[in-house]
Amino acid sequence: MNTELIGVIITFLVTILLAVPLGKYIAKVFAGERTLMDFMNPLERFIYRICGIDPIKSMNWKEFLKAMLTINLLWFVYGFILLIYQGHLPFNPDGNPDQTPDLAFNTIISFVTNTNLQDYSGETGATYLTQLFLFTFLQFTSAATGIACLIALFNGFKEKTTDKLGNFWSIFIKSITRLLLPLSIVLAIILAFNGTPSSFKGKDTIITLQGDTQNVSRGPAAGMIAIKQMGTNGGGYFGANSAVPFENPNYFTNVIEEISILLVSIALIFALGFYLKKKKLAYVILGVMTFFFILFCINNIYFETKGNPEIDRMGIAQNIGAMEGKEIRFGSASTAFWSVATTSTSNGSVNGMHDSLMPLSGGVVMLDMMINALYGGVGVGLLNYFIFIIIAVFISGLMVGRTPEFLGHKVEAREVKIAAIVTLLSAFLIKGGTALAAYILVHHANADWAEKPSAWLNNPGYHGFSEMLYQYTSCNANNGSGFEGLGDNSTWWNVSGGIVMLLARFLPIIGPVAIVGLLANKKYIPESAGTLRTDSTTFGVMTIAVIVIVTALSYFPPLVLGPIAEHLSMHAH
Amino acid sequence: MKQYILPSLKLTLVLLVLCSIIYPLFVAAVGKLTPGGGGDGETVKVNGKVVGYALIGQNFTNDKYFWSRPSAIGYNAAGSAGSNKGPTNPDYLKQVQNRIDTFLVHNPGINKKEIPAELVTASASGEDPDLSPAAAKVQVKRIAAIRHLHENKLNSLVDEHTDGPLLGFMGPSKVNVLKLNIALDELK
Repeated sequence: MNTELIGVIITFLVTILLAVPLGKYIAKVFAGERTLMDFMNPLERFIYRICGIDPIKSMNWKEFLKAMLTINLLWFVYGFILLIYQGHLPFNPDGNPDQTPDLAFNTIISFVTNTNLQDYSGETGATYLTQLFLFTFLQFTSAATGIACLIALFNGFKEKTTDKLGNFWSIFIKSITRLLLPLSIVLAIILAFNGTPSSFKGKDTIITLQGDTQNVSRGPAAGMIAIKQMGTNGGGYFGANSAVPFENPNYFTNVIEEISILLVSIALIFALGFYLKKKKLAYVILGVMTFFFILFCINNIYFETKGNPEIDRMGIAQNIGAMEGKEIRFGSASTAFWSVATTSTSNGSVNGMHDSLMPLSGGVVMLDMMINALYGGVGVGLLNYFIFIIIAVFISGLMVGRTPEFLGHKVEAREVKIAAIVTLLSAFLIKGGTALAAYILVHHANADWAEKPSAWLNNPGYHGFSEMLYQYTSCNANNGSGFEGLGDNSTWWNVSGGIVMLLARFLPIIGPVAIVGLLANKKYIPESAGTLRTDSTTFGVMTIAVIVIVTALSYFPPLVLGPIAEHLSMHAH
Repeated sequence: MKQYILPSLKLTLVLLVLCSIIYPLFVAAVGKLTPGGGGDGETVKVNGKVVGYALIGQNFTNDKYFWSRPSAIGYNAAGSAGSNKGPTNPDYLKQVQNRIDTFLVHNPGINKKEIPAELVTASASGEDPDLSPAAAKVQVKRIAAIRHLHENKLNSLVDEHTDGPLLGFMGPSKVNVLKLNIALDELK
């Protein structure tokens, strides 16, 4: 077996091995048990005191969501103002300009929603002030928001019957002080020691060996990159993200960053098992997700290491795979693995350009984001998966003629309706958005806009369609990666993308938390011989079927028009 | 709603101090301790003069040097980017064909099927500092002729500058182009 493949397999195995103890630790933190990080206690008490928070006061699901939404709204206002004035504010050594209102609208939604879609380029579109006081800040807080909402789900199922889901503030703060901050510090130090810049020095200009003048962007990147990976944010300090040598200096950092992309999301699955004392349930969930994950990895590694058939036809040697949009130090297998990891987890950072992936690899990363629950974003991934569980419980309940229930609570019409709406929302946003954009492109290509629709696409034909489909898919999944050839810093994409990200973030959080609130409040029914067990392999297979049916039915047509058509045309001649 | 606004406001301020001031300053302080650049990015010097950043690739188009991979940004590291060309884009394929033709003109005696694809395709960052060993060796003939050096000597120079897989078994092999070219200049 070749070294590139071995590298990928070891990376994945190490991730799982690390996720188990981390999951146990997370369960302990939120159960209030003693951990190694208890030295954070005084800091947390200090924060509670000056913020006027009573950490003991448990909230019902409505109070919990209100607290979460209020602070998120505040960040939106704060960030928008900062961005449209960033050029006039301090800490701008490279003299970068203000963001336009539509770009700022997109950017702030993008970071509040944990998406980190970047219609600007980090080197020229942001200042040190916004990189640190906005992006890095929101990378912590948006990730902590997701984790807090998942812990609410844990709390809802921990007691037999309860209307309390925990204190939002306290869970939110602990997610940062005990999880995201310590992990990010470790990663940032590893990166700094491998050459990622961490100082505040501005752009440098040098004369190269050959005698050319070269500009080199620098800045406090290490810290931001660490939290971007740990919090499934994905927004890079530099434009080309983790493909840039400063963001990802060598194969070792590449492995570490790949682990970081997956680590917290997988650890949270184990945490669920430990917290609810239902390890088997956690294994079934992990098994279903990993089934898809490995399938997708095999597909992408196969196509990327095999190379581009169009280039084979030119008669040159393509021994190390399809290297357009890839870096030598990572190789094609690792870039393929990263592409699946980053789209599984709603991370969205890249170490190679997705626009240049082979058609079916590009299709699979889109499918990965359409499902958006294979590990998923920190916290929100499991919330999304919970929706699939509810639907699977409902369908299998109907099939065997029993009242559907989950963990001792009856699942009734109201919960299933919420789950159905959340599922349908994704399909509506992705396909509706793409259809609208395609319509405008075809019928109003030369509309009198600042950026004409005819200039949107970087590639013609099926691939151009894929660029638009990818953009809405990424926005809807709060992923943030892109087929970056798309001219997305234009009013249409800034505004429509912003709206999609916003709806696709908060409705799929509100929905599951509401379902948990409703279920937890119901009378607990002890397990009996007649209970449909959700921690069985059979139920796992059932969930796989539901995921396949829901996504295949919804997304097969657009995937045929884009990636599948491109793949077939590539092999047709 | 009011009972949530005040804690939101205060918590935001507190977390700004923690995540946006203390955290990056701490990382910057640790960065100062790192060998090489002290957090500013490590530079490479020849005779005391900075000729580049160790991690950032640079343009080599002169025939007497090992060429770097094509870059969508011409190695201007003020704004990293890939080409974002799709695999079936006809303009892109024409561009690759042109690069192959150019390479053949500059490298007489090389057969088309010896050209590694990575040498005619653009990297993801536009700043790729490396070549695959094959992409370096295919250029040996040209450089040996221009510099009047023995091909064997250049091949072993490439071997010396090849970094193998991580720990010997993980990931690809690579050659840093800048370091290779500096060593090339120093060859007598």
